[in-house]
This record gives sequence, structure tokens and C-alpha cells, in this order.
Amino acid sequence: MKIEGRVWFVERNGSLIDDVDTDQIYHNAHLHITDPEEMGKYAFGNLEGWEDFPSKAQPGDILVCGRNFGSGSSRQHAVECFKALGVSAVVALSFGAIYWRNAVNSGLWVFRFADDEIVKALKEGKVASGQKGVIDVERATFTVGNHVFKLKEVSEVQREIMKAGDLFAYGKEVLK
Amino acid sequence: MRAGQTVWLPLTVASARDFGGPNVVKNFMKHYPDDPVFDPQKVFFTFDLTVPPKTINYAENQRLCREFAREKGIKVYDVAEGIGSHVLMEKGHARPGGAVVGTDSHMNILGAAYCFGQGMGDVDITFAFRFGKVWFEVPKSKRVVVEGSLADGVSAKDVVLRLLKEFGTKRLHGVAVEFDGSVFKEVGFSGAVTVCSMITELGGIIGFPATSEKYLEGLSAMGYEIPENLRPSNAEYEEVIRLDVGELEPHVAMPPYPHNVYPLRDVAGEKVKFVFIGSCTNGRYEDFKEFWSVLKGKRVADSVIAMAKPATREVFTRLLKEGVLEDLHDAGVIVLNPGCGGCAQGHEGMTGTGEVMLSTGNRNFPGKQGKGRVILASPRVAAMGALLGELPAEVV
Repeated sequence: MKIEGRVWFVERNGSLIDDVDTDQIYHNAHLHITDPEEMGKYAFGNLEGWEDFPSKAQPGDILVCGRNFGSGSSRQHAVECFKALGVSAVVALSFGAIYWRNAVNSGLWVFRFADDEIVKALKEGKVASGQKGVIDVERATFTVGNHVFKLKEVSEVQREIMKAGDLFAYGKEVLK
Repeated sequence: MRAGQTVWLPLTVASARDFGGPNVVKNFMKHYPDDPVFDPQKVFFTFDLTVPPKTINYAENQRLCREFAREKGIKVYDVAEGIGSHVLMEKGHARPGGAVVGTDSHMNILGAAYCFGQGMGDVDITFAFRFGKVWFEVPKSKRVVVEGSLADGVSAKDVVLRLLKEFGTKRLHGVAVEFDGSVFKEVGFSGAVTVCSMITELGGIIGFPATSEKYLEGLSAMGYEIPENLRPSNAEYEEVIRLDVGELEPHVAMPPYPHNVYPLRDVAGEKVKFVFIGSCTNGRYEDFKEFWSVLKGKRVADSVIAMAKPATREVFTRLLKEGVLEDLHDAGVIVLNPGCGGCAQGHEGMTGTGEVMLSTGNRNFPGKQGKGRVILASPRVAAMGALLGELPAEVV
């Protein structure tokens, strides 16, 4: 299975931003919202320099993020806001544990880089936002332009949940 | 069960707050409209974020949960009860050996009672309400041995801030932690709660405290004991980390990250406008006694707005009956009802642009508590800050 889309490096001054927490992804001022479709317009609304992301995002976009992405609170909103914008996958150096499982459960594809090669490539200008990205799920690779980066394997249960669309769809399949 | 494996974990309790809870209800009604919850005795709502509700939206969300609870036969710990994770510990629902999930990213605080607690999003919790289980990737374990002693007026908060200074969010990322070492001899149950509450900020999955005599006494006062098979043993550790902190001095976390930690004396003198004691990290009886011991019979600086918010109704009641809240009131502190407000933005005590809050909470990310900046500290440092209107150079 392949996931393709335009790549966004969530960076500042050429470096991926580490420790982007859920308040920066989806500010708690909007937590009362329960309709996922409404959450898109607040994505990255509290991340300096990225406030206008919702107006620029296109369906299929792939986000590339730094270390510990989505640390902080357990809010599902911080995943749903990207799904609402049509973001197809988030690839990061690492994730906050709760964010990772929220993404898996909502069927937002998430992957961890196997090494730091992407950091170097970004710094050296070999890859940039706007390029086309292709994730090969089975082979665990992420190709940006003509550079190939290794991803960590995702366990089968988690892959199946994301493939099913979300945890509910997966549950219907396996628990019936 | 091996590290790295994804397993289905059977739960002893599934819970939801007024935050996340309404989404759980909506998910449940959509996907399992006619189904019961897996066991009404093991499912709870705990309202603690916006209590009582501050807007119509929050009021409607809480009403939705109450109606669902009535229909499914679920107990609600309503807006008067306080922080859900603490309520679950106090009421006997989060016991040693249990597995508890909820829509609170600090639910791993339950590790303080040797209960496996995890915060999760509303999709997980909906599934947990219905089926009583969740998938879980078994974490690796690390043992963290902290040698040293606590200087006068230094407490568990300083210990965990020191750990954040040392480890940041990297070293313990994604792992389960067992604590040990001489520093923990002086840390009781409430201190274990403080340390375990900030495992989330350290990037870890859960922490289990060292079982000092003082800790076990406190745990026993909660009505719990740790079964033999749960005691720290020779597990397979990915790493054993030894850290010597000497005679530990007070530390604070400056914005914008909880791991941006400095010895207090390096940042003394910074002006503070707000002082807050409370939160799941420092909202227990012992924390308030520390805070009170500094402020009793004195008066907070004229320039300071000081707020005190016990974690739970049970804590509040004890402090009320012992006169602690009266003394704080007399010292000029605003005494607030139990809950998460003041730490989790959403209810009272926002800062304006440029204003500084000295808080016993656990997060100081940008926008965490208004437009201003948040500095994290122990109850004693917070109390000193309230007296002086600035970060003290030392604690007394």
C-alpha cells in the first residue's frame, strides 16, 4: 500500500520543530467543539509561524515533524483537525505516546523515522516543503523527491486499525 | 508479554472526564447505539475540567454525559468532586494491580498507587467503555536510581524537576520507569503522586515509585497495599540510570517547556503576578500544608493574585476542617473549589500578556494558562513567591 501527497516540513529556520504539544496543534480554547469537521480550521493555530496552515493545506498532504510530536494532552481534536483538512499521514522522529495511539485509532497514518537522515537532508536542502512524498507502508520507506528514508515498522494490529479506517471499523471486523 | 508486543489489555476501570467525555458519548451513540457498556460498575465519569461549567457549551456537554450515564447505569463523580484521577484513587477504583484508562493525559499518575493508568483519546475510551479492553504496545522498562538527600524545604516537586532537567523528554521517552534511590526515602505517598504525575512531561509511559517506609505508610492510609508480585523486581531493564543529586536544592521550570529547569537561585528575582497551588501534581493535603506553613499568619504581596485549588473534595474538606483554608484566606489567598482549573486552561485564573504565573502545576507550554508565562515550582517556592511577589533566592 502506498500513501502519496505533498510534503510539509513542520520546521522553523530549517530545523524540524521538536516537542510540538497538543496545545500548539489544537489550542484548548476550542476543546468544546465536538464536530470533527469544525476542527480543521484550528490546526496549528497556536504554533508560531504556522497559524495559516489550514488555509494552505490540501487533501493528501503529508506532514513531516520533529521529536516528541503531539506531546501533552489526550485530546483527539489534535488528530481530528488534520483529518478534517485531509492530511493523509504524519511522519515524525518520534511521537507523544497518546498522540500516536489517537492517530492510529482515528485512521490517520502515522510513521516514525528509523534514523535522523531526514534532519540532515532538510538542513542540506536536499528536500523541501512542497515536494511530492510517497510512503510505502509494507516496505516501511518514505520517498521525498528522489531521496528514500527508512521508517520503523508499525505492528500488525496498529497497521490493520489504520487500514480499516479507524478503531471502530477494525472492532467490527475482529469482534463480531 | 514482551516489550514491543502489541497486546489487548483487559481493564479494571474505564473513565471519561467532562473533557473528552462528550465525544465518547457521541462516538458510543454513533457506533454502539443500543449496546450496554462492558460493566457499569467499572465505568465512570469524572467531571473536573470546567467545574461548575463556565459556558453553555460546557454545561451542555456535561448534561450529555449525565444523561448517557443515567441510561447506561454509570456513576458520575460530578462537578463538586475534584480531579478524576485523584477521585478514582480515593474512592477505591484505582487499586494496586489495576488497569485504568481515562481521557486525562496525566492518568499515569495512578502509577503512584501501583495501578497501571493511561490517558487516552476519546476513540480509545469509547472502545474501552464498550469492550473493557484497549490495545497496548508493551513499553520497555528503565530503572532510575536517584541518590542524594533533600535540603530543608525541598520536596518531591524539586526531585521531578531535577529529573526533567537531567532527562528532558528524550531519555525516558516511551518507557515504563521504576524509581529507586535514597532521595525517595523522604518522599511519601503524596510526593510519589507528584513525581509520577510528571512522567508525562518526561515523555514516559508510566512511573512506579520507590517503596520507602514513608511511602508505604501513606499508601496504607489510602487503604491500599502493594501485593508481593507487583513489588519492583529484577525486571529486564533497557537501562539502569544512576543519578547523584547530592543535597538537592529547589528547582523551577521556566517557560516554554517543563524540562527548561534551573536551580532556583539562578533565576531569583523574576517578578510574579499570579501564584497558583493545586493541580493533579501538587493538589494533595501535604502539598497544601507545605504552602500553608509559609503563609500562615502572613500576607501575600499586594501585587500578587494568589489562588489555591485542592485536588479533590476530600482534600478540601480536611483542609477546611483543620483551618488551613481559613488561614490561607486570611493571608489573602483566593480559595477555589476542587478541580483542574488554574492548571488546565479552561476555567479560572488566566494570565494577560507579559504576566507571570508561578504555579505548582505540571505544564508551562505557550498558551497553557493565558497569554502570560508560567513558571513551575514546588508548593513552598510558590508560597515564598506569593509573599515576595518574585522568585525567592532560597526557601525557608
